[in-house]
Amino acid sequence: MVATYIEAIRQGLWEEMERDPNVFLIGEDIGVYGGAFKVTAGFHEKFGDRRVVDTPISEAAIAGAAIGASLMGLRPVAEMQFADFITCAFDQIVNFAAKCRYRWGAAVPIVIRAPSGGGVHGGPFHSQNPEMWFVRTPGLKVVAPATAYDAKGLIKSAIRDNDPVLFFEHKGLYRRIKEELPAEEYCVPIGKARVAREGRDLSIITYGAMVWTALSAAEQLAAEGIEAEVIDLRTLLPLDREAVCSSVKKTSKALLLHEDTRTGGMAGELAVTITESVFDYLDGPVVRVTAPDTPVPFSQTLEEAFLPNAGHVVEKARWLHRY
Amino acid sequence: MSATETISTIEGAGAAFAHQSLRFTLLMREIEDRIERKLYRQGKILGGVYVGRGQEAISVGATLMAEPGDMLYPSHRDMAAFLVRGVSPGRIFAQYMGRAAGLTRGRDGNMHMGDMNLRIGAIISALAATVPVAAGSALAMKYLGMPNVTICWFGEGSTSLGHWHEGMNFASVQKLPVVWICNNNQYAYSTPMSAQMACVNVADRGAAYGIPAEIVDGNDVFAVSAAAKRAIDHARAGNGPYLLECKTFRMTGHSAHDNADYVPPALFDEWSKLDPITRLESRMIAEKWASREEIDGIHAAIVKEVDEAVQWAENCPFPDPATLLEDVYESE
Repeated sequence: MVATYIEAIRQGLWEEMERDPNVFLIGEDIGVYGGAFKVTAGFHEKFGDRRVVDTPISEAAIAGAAIGASLMGLRPVAEMQFADFITCAFDQIVNFAAKCRYRWGAAVPIVIRAPSGGGVHGGPFHSQNPEMWFVRTPGLKVVAPATAYDAKGLIKSAIRDNDPVLFFEHKGLYRRIKEELPAEEYCVPIGKARVAREGRDLSIITYGAMVWTALSAAEQLAAEGIEAEVIDLRTLLPLDREAVCSSVKKTSKALLLHEDTRTGGMAGELAVTITESVFDYLDGPVVRVTAPDTPVPFSQTLEEAFLPNAGHVVEKARWLHRY
Repeated sequence: MSATETISTIEGAGAAFAHQSLRFTLLMREIEDRIERKLYRQGKILGGVYVGRGQEAISVGATLMAEPGDMLYPSHRDMAAFLVRGVSPGRIFAQYMGRAAGLTRGRDGNMHMGDMNLRIGAIISALAATVPVAAGSALAMKYLGMPNVTICWFGEGSTSLGHWHEGMNFASVQKLPVVWICNNNQYAYSTPMSAQMACVNVADRGAAYGIPAEIVDGNDVFAVSAAAKRAIDHARAGNGPYLLECKTFRMTGHSAHDNADYVPPALFDEWSKLDPITRLESRMIAEKWASREEIDGIHAAIVKEVDEAVQWAENCPFPDPATLLEDVYESE
């Protein structure tokens, strides 16, 4: 059956709730209303108040309650209405959830869904990519699917995982992409990248919505005879360093791409990973294409200038190819 | 009817309850005195030391009223919750000394400890963060149809944080089986009540969330246990959260490095007359539940028990550095 990215997340949640009676949803406006993006539309009707818990506007209470419920053996899936609002729950996630297992051996099997990303004219508080705040936190897992297939497979794995997982779903992809999903049940493992496109000349390493930007750039480059490989990280923590290095060993050139801002972005970690492990294979500098170090602007001319696009990637890839 | 009568006459357990309370208040006092006044000064304790001297009746009185399946989230001044649930003094010393036998195996210190097998959750430094977490444990109890309640302790300072208000509100909206216990010891680090909040009592805040609240003499273990029983019964019956404000006083600095010179000395004098252990002992003697000699014998036995526990902990190894990377995630 063909499913959009948002439908894939819905299916994953639905299947896990049917499979495991300890899985429940908690968040703002997710019940009767079905969620700000309608990810949980129809869930309240099917699963009721007990398993679809509408909360006050209290992100700290949502994350905290998820933690406390998980300590008792439940598997909560908490929704942040927008990833930007996750700041209100920062202490709960970073200081409480992430450190329980290490400190006192307590499992916190929670999932926090966070609709992130720009390109929807949401402005500074409805467009951010806050994944790196959490990638810096040992004890958390951070996933960011790019495809409908992975969105479904990863939300299922996240719910079954015995550690806290942050699930960054790109809202720009919700209804923009669709694909045929297998009829049979499947999960996508956390911690494994995938090769989104094979190529020999350079590696574009990215995740989330930028996978589509990279693929579009790769097509333009192919027309010029440059074969780019596209690596979709899928999970940011723990990072699949092996997949990154194996691609760079093959192509000898690395272009790192993310929608997140530049300083302290994923590209920095990837660059060091590459130079530490496969420096001898490199035939050029590691380069990056990212958003600039600014808040996400509102007006379309500004936001277009802010977001990395295929043109930027093609230009940088050409330069790297010539190097 | 006074709170003390509720326990002693209605339940007929006055003497037994008093003896249990004496054991745990004394044990907590002796362990903490040893940590703060001896081991810390001898350089054997790692990091900070935050004791509950003068506040022992609160964790003892409330924990003794809980069922074993009830979930506890004690604050850093509620050590007795661990003792009542059976954690040995030796393991507590090991925890403070950073040894592998501590409850967190050297990964965290002092009262930052927990054990889900005992249904005790570990606080983080920002204490108010525990409030929404406790609400979540209560939510799970309701979800799973468990006949249990969650008890969560905090200080009056915690009630200034947003997490506290979010957790209180959410628990009340959801009518969760949770008992909130405020150890109002009048100082949050160096900040007195008057600079912490404009309301007179923490209990006044209950009304804002539709939560019944009462003010309790936190230095009277009988008053605490009677109030805790009322609160627990209320929550267990499905009537939602209940807030107890236990008025007490911090008979020490915020931590072992703080000499509390900002506290008017008269306050210490005044509150030392209300010491919960002295009051308990006087009551026991007056009620003829124990003689002075018997109580002195209990003191001596506890000192010996603590001596042995310190010895045991000092002989425990430090954690192996090779375990540094373990347990960040579930092992494969």
